[in-house]
Amino acid sequence: MNAFGIFTQLLQLLLTVLLAPLLLGWVNQCRAWLQNRKGAGIEQPYRKLRKLFYKDAVIANNASPLFRMVPYILFGSMCLAAAIVPSLATDLSFSAAADAIALVGIFALARIFISLAAMDIGTAFGGMGARREMLVGFLAEPALLMVLFTASLISHSTSLTETVETLAHRHFEIYPSMAFAAIAFLMVLLAENARIPVDNPASHLELTMIHEAMILEYSARHLALIEWASSIKLFAYVSIGIALFVPWGIAQASDWLGIAFALPILIAKLLAGGFGLALIETVMAKQRIFRAPEFMGTAFLFGVLGMLVHFLLGA
Amino acid sequence: MIDFEGMVRTASIAPAWTIDADAAAWRKIALACSDEGGRLVSIWGQDDGEGFLVFAAFVFSQGMLIAKCRAIDGKFRNLVDIFPCAGRMQRAVADMLGIVAEEGDGRPWLSHGAWPEFPLRRDYAPAGDFAPVEEHYPFVTVEGEGVHEIAVGPVHAGTIEPGHFRFQVVGEKVLRLEERLGYKHKGIEKAFEGMALFEGAELAARISGDSTVAYSWAYAMAAECICGIVPQPRASFLRGLFLERERIANHLADLGALGNDAGFAFGLAQFSVIREDMLRANNEMFGHRYLMDAIVPGGVSRDVDGQGKSRLLGQCEAIRKKLADLHEIYIDHTGLQDRFLTTGRVSPELAAKLGLTGLAGRASRIACDLREDHPYPPYDMLDVAMATHHAGDVAARVSVRFEEIVESLRLIETLIGKMPEGDIMSEIPACSGFGVGWVEGFRGEVLVALEAENGIIRRAHAHDPSWQNWPVLEFAVIGNIVPDFPLINKSFNLSYSGHDL
Repeated sequence: MNAFGIFTQLLQLLLTVLLAPLLLGWVNQCRAWLQNRKGAGIEQPYRKLRKLFYKDAVIANNASPLFRMVPYILFGSMCLAAAIVPSLATDLSFSAAADAIALVGIFALARIFISLAAMDIGTAFGGMGARREMLVGFLAEPALLMVLFTASLISHSTSLTETVETLAHRHFEIYPSMAFAAIAFLMVLLAENARIPVDNPASHLELTMIHEAMILEYSARHLALIEWASSIKLFAYVSIGIALFVPWGIAQASDWLGIAFALPILIAKLLAGGFGLALIETVMAKQRIFRAPEFMGTAFLFGVLGMLVHFLLGA
Repeated sequence: MIDFEGMVRTASIAPAWTIDADAAAWRKIALACSDEGGRLVSIWGQDDGEGFLVFAAFVFSQGMLIAKCRAIDGKFRNLVDIFPCAGRMQRAVADMLGIVAEEGDGRPWLSHGAWPEFPLRRDYAPAGDFAPVEEHYPFVTVEGEGVHEIAVGPVHAGTIEPGHFRFQVVGEKVLRLEERLGYKHKGIEKAFEGMALFEGAELAARISGDSTVAYSWAYAMAAECICGIVPQPRASFLRGLFLERERIANHLADLGALGNDAGFAFGLAQFSVIREDMLRANNEMFGHRYLMDAIVPGGVSRDVDGQGKSRLLGQCEAIRKKLADLHEIYIDHTGLQDRFLTTGRVSPELAAKLGLTGLAGRASRIACDLREDHPYPPYDMLDVAMATHHAGDVAARVSVRFEEIVESLRLIETLIGKMPEGDIMSEIPACSGFGVGWVEGFRGEVLVALEAENGIIRRAHAHDPSWQNWPVLEFAVIGNIVPDFPLINKSFNLSYSGHDL
């Protein structure tokens, strides 16, 4: 552990947590533009967070302590996830603590807690949301692991920073296996972040919701933390995508100049990624819930294909 | 015409007859109507001072027959075995008037224990405040391995009207749905009592905001029927114009919302733009976005000039063009069609049995459209082409909407092209008698029955086609998955306000 590592780690964590709502705002703004609407502006998620933090929380009488704890657990796990995904630099102090498999574990941990909290109050919607979330989650996780394994096979390490080092800073190579992995990853990203076609983040129909159904009972600061955590999750996922598939520009160890360049490059990539996400969400409709297994099955298949290609071609 | 002894033709421009029936004839007429393939439109009751009367409006191929029967010992003959849709209407009569159908469902329907007496009785005197009674409403439950209940509403996650839906599900599959309505009961029928005919028109326009033109027209028709007045030709044309514009605006909103409910927000944005253009034009030309109070007893209160006509025609052309593009997008969109096709299917047989009506009926091969079946002015010179489909799923209800918009655009163009010059209002004297108005609104047939004495309303009954279609929705969702319910519900787009009154 060195001073540079600590500095980049803190910088990245701070930027991720603070900029994550902006990415969400950007995606929503792009969606509005693509639908010929004016949109609420990219700073809208911040306004929503401020509004929620000012409000008094309403909590059901039969809520257990778990219900109150979960927003903090969720926020904490998403911050940790965002800290270990190299988005600005590869020299991250925390990265030694958790590799790609642990990252999937962190997401799973958050999922388990939010599902428990959803069922805690005992409303029909909470149970329904938790049930659907688990359906999507247990199908998405193996697909995500396959994607990460494909990348790990190339770098011979499950450490994300090591993978980025290999992909971005060693000699340039085109990996056909990563093309399959990229498709699989995109599908996982859509499913895991409650985006269309698996879930609809803008829906007000309680019977169709997945993620939103789980948090219907939350209000004020708790809801704010959950919303914030969701935006950090989206940011983390997009960052994983960037790290695996377009890693060029992420700063190396002890590269102060690299850091200076890494930020604008990261923002440019996020803008492009956010627009792409909005485009997908605009042209697609939401699928029936029972299409989700097909959708995630396809993602898993692409992940496996990526690994097979790696073994066949050695690349 | 099925000929019954003592039938009297009303003065309404819609073909409507009335008949005094005893308990036996009441059933006989209903059975004859059912045998002929007719339908029941509405059941309502009245306290005439000497006792309680119950009315039923049947539709035969030649027109409407309104049977009037006296309740004996607070009871009247049940029609639910002949027309299943009678059940809830009979329960509503019991809630409002305290007379019950023999061997009927004893549960309340509109009443949630919020009023202690029967408001439509003549001796009803509201005694200030009263405490609401806690409600025990027994829902039918399903039992078995893995079956559970989902209670939705009356307060929903979105800003929509209140209604309670009780699902019995196993996993995501719906085994049974039971609705509970009445949360929007506002005492409209009570409020009508004692109003002058002209005053009543304003209230009728506010029964259900999305059908304000249809209700205004039906009310005006009923009032004119009492007074024996036929509206001026130009007024009829303008009424047709307003009604078709209302139909288009609502269909556009529904098509957009259906896209949105399937996660295709693009559709909502595009359809909203077209609809908003229409509403703004309404506001600028006729003084109200939804054309409220444009139709009044005796005629219409708004006129259109040459400049206005060309603006309306230009708008028709613009809508037609945009609609064609959007239709293509909807048809070609795989994800959207996957959600629409086979979802919420009501087979033509089931639809006929349960009495599905209006737009939803036409999507299930129930070929009923007042504008074609009983064309009164201005529809007598328009030759309306009915849109029918047979699949009975969400996709069919979407198709009917697209086709009806195109037809309505044609109707508007013809109406404007052939509009005669002349007065738009006739004087309405203070009359007495019974009148009926019957109009094809965007959801289906709207009925207003009116009884007045010297220009003062004694009893007004307004009927929304949602009464027929709400029970069918319960069947439409069986076997579907829970997350498809909002889409199916939206494809019917039934009224809460017009139903709960």
